[in-house]
Amino acid sequence: MEEKKLLEIKDLSVTYKVEDGIVYAVNDLNLVVHNKETLGFVGETGAGKTTTAMAIMRLIPSPPGEITKGQIIFDGEDLLQKSQRQMRSILGQDISMIFQDPMTSLNPAMTVGDQIVEMLLLHKSVNKKQAWEEACQMLELVGIKRERAKDYPHQFSGGMKQRVVIAIALACSPKLIIADEPTTALDVTIQAQVMDLMRDLKHKLGTSMILITHDLGIVAEICDKVAIMYAGGVVEYASKEKLYNEPAHPYTKGLFNSIPKLDVDEEWLEEIDGLPPEPTEVIPGCAFSPRCSKCMEICKQKKPGITYLDDDHYVRCFLYEKQAEGGAAE
Amino acid sequence: MNKENKKTNSQLASVWRSLRRNRMAMLGLVILVLLALMAIFADFIAPYAYDAQDLLNARQAPSAEHIFGTDEFGRDIFSRIIYGSRLSLVVGFISVGIALVLGGFLGAVAGFYGGRLDDIIMRCMDILLAIPQVLLAIAIIASLGNGLVNLMVAVGIATIPSYARIVRASVMTIRGEEYIEAARASGTNDAKIIIKHILPNCLAPVIVQVTLGIANAILSCAALSFIGLGITPPSPEWGAMLSGARNYVLTYPYMSVFPGLAIIVTVLALNLLGDGLRDALDPKLKR
Repeated sequence: MEEKKLLEIKDLSVTYKVEDGIVYAVNDLNLVVHNKETLGFVGETGAGKTTTAMAIMRLIPSPPGEITKGQIIFDGEDLLQKSQRQMRSILGQDISMIFQDPMTSLNPAMTVGDQIVEMLLLHKSVNKKQAWEEACQMLELVGIKRERAKDYPHQFSGGMKQRVVIAIALACSPKLIIADEPTTALDVTIQAQVMDLMRDLKHKLGTSMILITHDLGIVAEICDKVAIMYAGGVVEYASKEKLYNEPAHPYTKGLFNSIPKLDVDEEWLEEIDGLPPEPTEVIPGCAFSPRCSKCMEICKQKKPGITYLDDDHYVRCFLYEKQAEGGAAE
Repeated sequence: MNKENKKTNSQLASVWRSLRRNRMAMLGLVILVLLALMAIFADFIAPYAYDAQDLLNARQAPSAEHIFGTDEFGRDIFSRIIYGSRLSLVVGFISVGIALVLGGFLGAVAGFYGGRLDDIIMRCMDILLAIPQVLLAIAIIASLGNGLVNLMVAVGIATIPSYARIVRASVMTIRGEEYIEAARASGTNDAKIIIKHILPNCLAPVIVQVTLGIANAILSCAALSFIGLGITPPSPEWGAMLSGARNYVLTYPYMSVFPGLAIIVTVLALNLLGDGLRDALDPKLKR
């Protein structure tokens, strides 16, 4: 696979100012997405997954939100330096988004065909007729008959709507698709269909994708790389195989332990003690330290840095920082 | 083109279906259509010209020649009411049009951007609202001068705040919808988001307000004409006709009864239709 960096996020921090203080939604986040790669973005609700996605698209509502630090390098250029106008031509054209709930992410007053046309007219130099033809082709690509282009969103089922949303997102063949829990609002059989469709289209069109989810099963199915998020930061980033075979961070291990095992009859699933920290809380050390079974003294005082276990596997944990240092000393 | 047809068809079709089930609304609609036809074909329907005086036959009671009687100058009241429907409908629609365009724009901008801009616009609207509508219209006419156009402008400006408020409120609810965020995430600019994505989705309350607003505008216009502002004689404005008839209320009551009835029927029809539209457009009342 061609290992060209499409998107690189360096030390991104995002805060929201609210009445009772500052919410640290994303803290020092580092990420890389290569060309034609699917990155799974896994974390609990409130871990900052969506905020990160919004930051990439520069759609963080400001105020109260603010990107306080970092760089988002997309295709060699820092998105944070772009003007609003430049951003608008990138959005939809190079980066597009699939939203969580297909029921509400389509405009109820426009036919689905028109909504795809709208996207095409915005970014491509085509006339209305060509755009309509292309919109019909897009619908066929996602498995919807072209006659239905003249129907309104309320005439479609949830799964069909999500197909339309995908068709809109892919209309301009973007380089990167950000899918924010695209299947959360759908039932399991439709989930499988939609995921299959997304995987096929991604291969066909050669786009990269960031898939935000909290379903480790979906990650295993379609992702190449996985980033595990906890309290606004990526605690572990690895290729899917490495992450599933040798999870390193205690949080990742905890997550995998909490998945029911097929071969064991379990009364009670493993859990991670405690709750994620309040985002307004400032934790001097590692954000996970209060819940970590392997917590050490240093974890409570200092933030762990990035330790590379392998070229494409990093973890933010002192357990490994020590090991790496120890290894070097020996 | 075919596409456009189908688009309007399917949206209107469902509203039309539920509107048709509402008898009172249909009655209002029928009356309005008749009024509109009357206004358009006034030249053919009216037996006399609206300003044809016949002093010998002044203040006649209704008869076969003058079915609504004649006024103090011997003009046929029936003909004047027919011609008057032109003025009333024109004033109603245009003054509401003025209010809708200006108020809608201000409301949409205030609702969409929020913050300080919203505060400034809406406080101005509050100030406008604090002045009694008729008083405001009188002041505007007094400064612009008498006349049909100025009357419409005055009534229009006086009702801007109600449109601004309604549009702002619905823009604010729609602004937070996910499809607006989706539009933004696909690189749509603000103006396009407002025009293409937000406004079509907040039409329902606006349509209702417009229907009821036309009724109100006709009333204000009649009231202003009654006190001698706005439309000047011999133009057959219903309010002005009432005003002319007020000296004869006890002796020749039909002179005030018929123009009064015309106003009542028109306003009632608009209100019935407005209520029906409100029900038909409210998604919560559907099914």
